[in-house]
Amino acid sequence: MHDIATSFINLDAITIAYLFGVGFVGGLVSGFIGSGGAFVLTPGMMSLGVPGLMAVASNMCHKFPKALVGSMKRFKYGQVDVKLGIVLGVSAEAGVLYGAGIQQKIKAAFGDAGSNLYVSVAFVVILATVGGFVLYDAWKTYKSGNTNTEEKAGKLARWIQSVNIPGTMVYFKSINARVSILFTIPLGFATGMMAATIAVGGFVGVPAMIYVLGAPSLMASATELVIAFVMGLGGSFKYALSGMVDIRLAMIILAGSLFGIQLGAIGTTYVKTFMIKVVMGVIMVIVLFSRGLMVPVYLSQLQLIDTLGEGTVNLLKTSSFAIMIFALLLGAFIVLRAMWQGRRAERLQHAAGALEHGEV
Amino acid sequence: MATTGTKKKPVGKMLVMGLISLALYALLLIKQDEVNLMFGKGGWYAFLPIITAFVFSFVHGSFTGDFWTVLGVEAARKKKEVK
Repeated sequence: MHDIATSFINLDAITIAYLFGVGFVGGLVSGFIGSGGAFVLTPGMMSLGVPGLMAVASNMCHKFPKALVGSMKRFKYGQVDVKLGIVLGVSAEAGVLYGAGIQQKIKAAFGDAGSNLYVSVAFVVILATVGGFVLYDAWKTYKSGNTNTEEKAGKLARWIQSVNIPGTMVYFKSINARVSILFTIPLGFATGMMAATIAVGGFVGVPAMIYVLGAPSLMASATELVIAFVMGLGGSFKYALSGMVDIRLAMIILAGSLFGIQLGAIGTTYVKTFMIKVVMGVIMVIVLFSRGLMVPVYLSQLQLIDTLGEGTVNLLKTSSFAIMIFALLLGAFIVLRAMWQGRRAERLQHAAGALEHGEV
Repeated sequence: MATTGTKKKPVGKMLVMGLISLALYALLLIKQDEVNLMFGKGGWYAFLPIITAFVFSFVHGSFTGDFWTVLGVEAARKKKEVK
C-alpha cells in the first residue's frame, strides 16, 4: 500500500476529455444493453499509466453509481425486475470473489503473461460461443420478419421454468413464472466470475437471463444494471479498503457515462427489442477478434511459441485496442441510429393520428 | 421524442443541479492531492469513495436526466406501438 500515493496519475485537459468521452460512449451502450464500456475503459486507463489493479478498481467505482442511475431510469419504464437483479447480484458477488481468487492464483503461478493469457482465452471462448449465438439469434429474428412480435422463451427456458424443486421456487415478474433459485445461483455466480475475469459480466448475465431463464431482452438488459450495481458496490468497497480507487478517474468517467446511460435507457423505449441482441452480439464478436489478436503476444511471453519481435507485438497491441474502441463506437452508432429511426417512426405515427382526427 | 410543449421543462432544476455538479467536480479537482491522500489510506476511509460516488450519482444523475428532457429527448410515449 505504500506506493499508492505515487500511483495517482496527473490529470490534464486531454486526459479528462478522453475519460469523459469514453465514459459517454460506454454509458450509452450500458444504458441500452446493460453492460459494456469496461473492456475499453480498463485498458484505456492503463494506457494512461494507471496501474492495472487501480484501473479495475476505479472502473468498478464508476460502474455502480452509473448502474444505479441507469436502473432507476429503466425502472420508470417498467423494464427492471428488481427481485431477479438482487438474487442474481448477490450470487454474482460470490462469483466475483471466486473469480478474483483464481486470477490471483494464476498470476502467482504464471506471472502477468499467464494471467493475461487466461483473460484473453476466456474472452475468446465466451465471446465466440455466447456472442455468436446472440448474433445468430438476432439474425434469425430479422430474417423471419418477426421483429415486432413478443419474444417467447426458448426450449431450455421453458424446461427450467417447468422444473419444480420444493422450497427453492421464487416468482420473477420478468419471466412471469416461478424458477428454482438452484438455477439462478449458478447463473449469477458465472456472471460474477466473468465480471472478475473479463470485466464485463453482462456478456454472460444478459444472455443467461434471456436464453436460460426466459426473460425478454428488454427486461434482461435492464435487470443486468441492478446486478452491476450490486456487484460494483461490493467490488468497489473491497478495493477501497486497500485504497485502490482513484476517485478522480471514477468520477470523471461517471460524468460522461451518466449523460450516455440516460440516452441509452431512453433509446430502449424506441427500438425493436431484437436490437438489444444485435448490439450485444456485434460488440461481443468484434471484441472477440480484438482479444484474439493478443493471444500470440502472451503465448510468446510465456515462451510457448517463438518469441515475437517488438514491432509485431506493438502492432498487435495497437490493433487490438483500436478494434475494441471500434466495437464500442459501432455499438453506440447502432443504438443512436435505431433510436433516431424509432423517434422518426413515432413522429410519423402521431402526425398520421392527428390527420385522422382532423387536428391538422 | 420532442415534447409538444404541453409539459413544462425542468430548466430551473437542471440549472441548479448542473451548478452543484460543476461545483462538486471543481472541488474534487482543486483538492485532488488531499483527496488522493485521504481516499488512498484504505481501511475505514473506504467509505469515502463510496459516499462520494453516491453523492455524484444523485446530483449529476439528476442533472443529466433533466439535460436530455430539456433538449426534448424523452422516452417514447406509446412504447407498445413502436416496439
